[in-house]
Amino acid sequence: MPVVIVDGQEIEIGADERLNCIEAARRAGKEIPHYCWHPGLSVVASCRMCLIETGQRDAATGKISMVPKLVPGCQTPVKDGTVIVTESQLVKDSRARVEEALLIDHPIDCPICDKAGECLLQDYHFEHGQAERRADLHPFTSRKRDVGPTVTLFVDRCIMCTRCVRFTREVSGASELMVVSRGSTEEIDVFPGFPLDNKLAGNVVDLCPVGALGDKDFLYQQRVWFLKREANVCGGCSAGCSIHTEHNQDTVYRLKPRENPHVNTWWMCDDGRYGWHHLHDQSRVLSAGRRREANSNGHGTPGDAFEAIEWADVVTRLRDDLKAAGRLAVAVSPMLTVEEAWMLCAIARSIDPEAFLTLGHVPVVGADETFPGGFTIRAEKCPNRKGVEEVLALYGAGGRSWDDLLAHVAAGKADAAWVTGGYPTPWIDDTTAATFADLECLVVQDLFESSLMKLATWRLPAAGFAERAGTWVNVAHHAQSFGQAIKPPAGVWPEGRLFWNMLGRRGLYDPVGVRQQIAGSAAPFAALAGDVPANGVDLRVRQLA
Amino acid sequence: MTPFKPVLLEAVGVPDGHSIASYKSRGGYAPLEKALAEKQPVDVVEMVKSSGLRGRGGAGFSTGLKWTFLPKDHPGPIYLCINADESEPGTFNNRILMEDDPHQVIEGIILSSYATRASTAYIYLRYEYPQSWHRLQAAIDEAYAAGYLGKNIRGTNFSLDVYLHRGAAAYICGEETGLIESLEGKRAWPRIKPPFPAIEGLFRKPTVVNNIETMACVAQIARRGIDWFKSIGVPADPANPRDPGSYGPKLYCLSGHVEKPGCYEAPLGITARQLIDQFGGGVWKGRKAKAVIPGGISMGLMTESELDTPLDFAGPGKVGCLGLGTAAVVVIDDQTSIVDFLHNSCRFFAHESCGQCTPCREGTSWSLRMLERIKAGQGRLRDLDLLLEIGNTMGMMPGSTICGLADGAAWPIKNAIKKFRGEFEDYIKRTNPSGWMVTDPVPALQIVGAH
Repeated sequence: MPVVIVDGQEIEIGADERLNCIEAARRAGKEIPHYCWHPGLSVVASCRMCLIETGQRDAATGKISMVPKLVPGCQTPVKDGTVIVTESQLVKDSRARVEEALLIDHPIDCPICDKAGECLLQDYHFEHGQAERRADLHPFTSRKRDVGPTVTLFVDRCIMCTRCVRFTREVSGASELMVVSRGSTEEIDVFPGFPLDNKLAGNVVDLCPVGALGDKDFLYQQRVWFLKREANVCGGCSAGCSIHTEHNQDTVYRLKPRENPHVNTWWMCDDGRYGWHHLHDQSRVLSAGRRREANSNGHGTPGDAFEAIEWADVVTRLRDDLKAAGRLAVAVSPMLTVEEAWMLCAIARSIDPEAFLTLGHVPVVGADETFPGGFTIRAEKCPNRKGVEEVLALYGAGGRSWDDLLAHVAAGKADAAWVTGGYPTPWIDDTTAATFADLECLVVQDLFESSLMKLATWRLPAAGFAERAGTWVNVAHHAQSFGQAIKPPAGVWPEGRLFWNMLGRRGLYDPVGVRQQIAGSAAPFAALAGDVPANGVDLRVRQLA
Repeated sequence: MTPFKPVLLEAVGVPDGHSIASYKSRGGYAPLEKALAEKQPVDVVEMVKSSGLRGRGGAGFSTGLKWTFLPKDHPGPIYLCINADESEPGTFNNRILMEDDPHQVIEGIILSSYATRASTAYIYLRYEYPQSWHRLQAAIDEAYAAGYLGKNIRGTNFSLDVYLHRGAAAYICGEETGLIESLEGKRAWPRIKPPFPAIEGLFRKPTVVNNIETMACVAQIARRGIDWFKSIGVPADPANPRDPGSYGPKLYCLSGHVEKPGCYEAPLGITARQLIDQFGGGVWKGRKAKAVIPGGISMGLMTESELDTPLDFAGPGKVGCLGLGTAAVVVIDDQTSIVDFLHNSCRFFAHESCGQCTPCREGTSWSLRMLERIKAGQGRLRDLDLLLEIGNTMGMMPGSTICGLADGAAWPIKNAIKKFRGEFEDYIKRTNPSGWMVTDPVPALQIVGAH
């Protein structure tokens, strides 16, 4: 195995690994500061923050010969015997000078900058900069301009690392951003009439190591040090991008992509990034209710038509209603987690052993969209179709779709139906909903009012993606488990909690316990036993092994 | 010194010297035909290599050696780029060659393409040279018509197309990888090396970048032979194994405060004083030289007492200059302020820094702004130390930048302050009698007014 010597510490790297000095030093616990380098982008070695000293140890003699000048760590590959020095005085002085140079034209407006608190320029200045400002220049011009519908550019804060420019060229592919002008007057800009407007545009804000690119959706909404982050999974499509849900006091402020080499690498799309606003929509269904007998003629407002039911009573009365109605059909939404789907199927079969189980409605918008960098936005706008299908297969209902449920109900083979939803956008039209009009008992569990919910006997609120805990299986059979980021609004029980209680289990809903139970009893989910790593597991790989 | 008969400049003053007929009457293109008929490409490489020809563009790297870095038996295309983006201040030797004897350059290009097995050559021409553009294009057309360019040249299976590309006027396009990027239609940001252009250059294919004057030298070596070439110039220093010697004639661009500025051909190794006195008619108005730029502004400064330095590839380095550079000798007389000189130099580099690497982008602009302040009577002695620190830490040599532009920007700063520190101190003390001694940190930034 090749050995790299980082500040005197010998570390082994893989024989076929191609690492640069930054990555190799990280293995040894040493951070080489850098701005322009990003593992997902091409190397330009222009910020010069990662300058280090390197050398080569002769394998035969053990003698070390050093390169007589500084080299950029990002551009220098390591091999057996590479010597990396990250803490010599030469390196420290060089870092201090780069910091000083970057701050010459920087407005240092941290108190009014959104990036403050998570800014590399700040962090590196505290760690590597010098206290004294030797340049008597006053670069306050505070210019900003829109570069696209979602992104604002704060011109003076930019340090010209060109990560954003390279991203639009190499990953999103539309090349909207460019460098204009020359030398210290150069700026990032777009060509007039061609704004930064693509579905991956938001990533340039994540890439920006300083406060130059601001996300209009997040700008001035929250100081970043108030935010708490939960490792989560985006529910926007079946790609299942790993994300961080950043929130404060049960309010989501932004979503950020979480690095996951198996799923989304470093990126996420804007559909997902801004796809959390429905969580805080005032028009969400916020309480459980049962249709009043007296108002069943359809008069009165929906609020009047439904009688609010305490959740403790929902647990018992819902079961009684469904049992009384007779033949049950259940649509298991692909928005539910594996755990929720599994419990729902168990409840349905305990009420009616012959219950007709199908996959819920799968929303599809357009076609899969793949970008030049390989990132794909899926047409299937639900996160867990694969997982729900596997669960249904366990219950002998594999391959059944929403259309099968519609046909089943239309054929009069069901007396009661339980339709789970959780869709952030309208998904059912009046005609389709009318299929369910003649049922004895219709349970609709969804985020928003719909024509189906107007027909419901039971209207139950659903939880949004950040309010759930559990496991989703993406389009590539990759399963990721995640925790609950925020509490749902008052009056809303996430589906898992209701199902847990309806199954008669004691205590708080324990998604991890349910997952272990599924993994222990069902071969397709065997890979979910024990702790699921943060990057998730591929269900098929473990099965084959 | 024996009188030297110009070779590279032999067409200057010849009526219609830029035409193919005139060039052929002087013996041109015959060596090319001979080489194509009798020599293999490797022989031409060997000829140039053993002639000791070093690149005339500035760095002085062995031309033949550069060609041997190309991959052997490369299956795809190999490109030859001719750097005619002559933008070093004070330099105009390429222009003379392109305007007065373009066929000499083209013959060199054809020979070099044959040697490097390139079938496409690009001439990257500085935008501000319209006359060169017209003359070169006319010469290329003549060469096509005469069958020296195009398919199956002179009945051999060697084909060559030459394209004349007019740049967009930026100093950085003269850096070889900046030139390549610009030729590809991109922003001329120099590439990180390795890979070097010989491995991965234009359109990611093996590429050689050579200077116009180098091409003229190749043509003359083919015509007059290796021995002729090696009989001119300065042989290698036996005490320095890394010195390959400086052979051949060189075009010196003499400008500034001399009586007869111009482009003069002389053997490599002529001293600055000889050049000024024998060719330039001495410093103008009977004055004395205060300083002389040995080879373009980025090479630094020589003082009066250093004027006997031979202007070969090794000479200027011995007196603390960066090198011979483009051999553009600019004379500064004793009534010129070195502060003004440095201000002008910094202004140039701050304007021409491509802005890619932080130390160069900010260092050049900071040094300019410091000099503006000094010139405005607000200088402090401490500024000289800051300028020196910027100069010492910016560039390829300390490793802080991708290309050599920063070294070129740093050298005038370093040389001017080290060699003329007294004058700077006098200037600062005279113009800022109350504040020159201040060494306090610069006061904190002014509070921003209400937005």
